[in-house]
Amino acid sequence: MDYKLTWQEYNKSLKKDKLMGLKCNDCGNITCPPLMVCAECAGTNLEVIQMSGNGKIATFTTSYIAGEGREAELPYTIVMVELEEGPWIMGNLVAADPKKLTMDVIGKSVELGSRVFPGDKYSNGDMARPAFSIIE
Amino acid sequence: MRRVAVIGTGHSKFCFNSPKTSLEMLAEVSLDAINEANITPKDVQAINVGNVLGPFEEGQGMIQSFFANDIGCFNVAASRFEGACASGSMAVRDAVMWVASGYYDIMLVGGTEKCTAMGTGLATRTFAMYGDSRYEFPSGFTFPAVFALLAHLYAKKHDIPLAALKEQMAAVSVQSHEYAMKNPNAQIQKPITKEDVLKSFMVSTPIQLQDACPFSDGAAAVVVASEEVAKKLVKNPVYFAGIGQASSGKLSSQYKYLPRIYARELASQQSYKMAGLTPQDMDLCELHDCFSIAAMIAAEGLGFFEHGKSGEAWLNGETKIGGKIPINISGGLKAKGHPIGATGVSQVYEVTRQLRGDMADQGRQVEGAKYGIIDTLGGDGVLLSMIMTNQ
Repeated sequence: MDYKLTWQEYNKSLKKDKLMGLKCNDCGNITCPPLMVCAECAGTNLEVIQMSGNGKIATFTTSYIAGEGREAELPYTIVMVELEEGPWIMGNLVAADPKKLTMDVIGKSVELGSRVFPGDKYSNGDMARPAFSIIE
Repeated sequence: MRRVAVIGTGHSKFCFNSPKTSLEMLAEVSLDAINEANITPKDVQAINVGNVLGPFEEGQGMIQSFFANDIGCFNVAASRFEGACASGSMAVRDAVMWVASGYYDIMLVGGTEKCTAMGTGLATRTFAMYGDSRYEFPSGFTFPAVFALLAHLYAKKHDIPLAALKEQMAAVSVQSHEYAMKNPNAQIQKPITKEDVLKSFMVSTPIQLQDACPFSDGAAAVVVASEEVAKKLVKNPVYFAGIGQASSGKLSSQYKYLPRIYARELASQQSYKMAGLTPQDMDLCELHDCFSIAAMIAAEGLGFFEHGKSGEAWLNGETKIGGKIPINISGGLKAKGHPIGATGVSQVYEVTRQLRGDMADQGRQVEGAKYGIIDTLGGDGVLLSMIMTNQ
C-alpha cells in the first residue's frame, strides 16, 4: 500500500509555503503532518488536501542552546501552532526580537511561511520548516 | 506467569568524564550484582543491555555481545535496548517478561552510557534524534525546548502565573540536590537554593540550567530471577508487582492531551492494574525528572497529585521523606545524574535498595516502605512504569 502523502511531497510543498495534510473520508478528521493512516480512526481512506496555514500559537519557547552545527541560528523561537483545521504542528516564529516574547504571545493568530534548514551530516538532505508570522 | 525478583544490584558513581569505558563501567557493576545474587557469570542465561549513543560516544555499536564476553557470560544471548532515556527500563521490563514466562530463570540486566564523551554540542544534537527528525527537528527541536514548550503550556492550561510556576520548578531542583548529597553515587553533591536556580543560565524559556539534569557517565546492573530461584539464592528478593509500557508519536501529534503525556498514563495504569494497587498504595517513587517541569507532569500523570497542583506539593515538602509520596530520594536525574542507557536500571536499583531497607546508612531510608513505583520517559515516545514490592 502506498504512502499517500510522503515527507518528500510535503517538504516540496512547504518550501512553496503550502502546507499539505490528509483528510479522512471515513471520520472527517484532518491529519497534519501526514501519517500512513488517519490519526483519529487509523483508516486509510485518505485524501491529500491543502491546509489554510492559519492558526493560533498554542505554546512557545525561545532557545539559547542548539545542537552542534546550528548555533548560528540562536536565539530562535519554536512554537506549536493550533491550525484552523484542528491539528497542531511545530514550527518557528518569525519575531522581531525573540528575547522579548512573553506568555502574551500564546493565542495570537499566525500565518504560515517557510524557511529551509540546509541539513547537517546526520540529516537526509535539506528540510523545510514552517515559519509563522503573527497577524497583527 | 511467574513472579520475578531482583536478587542482585550494582551501581557506579555517576559522573562527568569517567576515565572508564562504557563497557568497563558496566562490567564492574554487573560483577557487583552477580556477587550480591550469590551466583557466578556462568549462571546467567541471557543478558539485556540499555545503551543509546555508544556509536557516537565511543564509536561502539552492539556493546552487549562484547560485554557478555568481557564478564565471562560466554556465548549467552545478549540484546541491546534502545528507547532513548527509557532504554534501561525497557531492558528490565523485557527481562521480567522472559523470566516470568519461564523461558529463563536468571537474567542480567545492565545499562551504560558515556554522554559526556560527546561534549555538549554533539550530545544536544544526538539527543534531538529522539524527536521526529523530519517534521520537528528542522524547527530547531531539542529536549530542553520540548519541556520548555510544555512548561509554558502548563502555565497557560492551569492558569498559573509564570513567576509562580518558576518557583515551583525551582523547588523540585532544590529537593533533588538535597537528597543527592546523601547519595554517594550521585553526580552532583552540592546544595542549591531557589535563587541559584532562578539566576542560572537561560537554556530555553522558561527552562534554566538548574531546571535541567546534567549530561552524565555511569552504569547500573541488576540480576533478576524467578521467585523459586530467588528464594534459594538470597534472603531479601524484591519483586516486580506490575509493569507497563506505552508509546506515543511526535510531540505535536499528542496535542489533544498535552501537557499531560497520555502514554505515561497508559503505562502506569497497566502497572497499577497488574499489581492490583493504586497510587495511594505507593510508599515511594523514582520518576523521570529530566527537567523540573517534567517531574511535575510525571507526578500528576502517575496519580499522586491533581493536574496543576504538584508544584505546590513540592513547595510544601509533600514529596520528601515523611510527606505524602517521597519522590526521587536518590536525587533524581537532576542531581544523581542521567547516563541515559543506565537511568532505568538505576531507578530499579534505587527502589530495590529502598525496599530492602538498605538506605538507613545514607540517611535517606523511607521507613517501612512496601511498594515503590518507577517512571521512565524516553524521547518523545517510550514510557515505562514498574511497581516493585518486598511483600
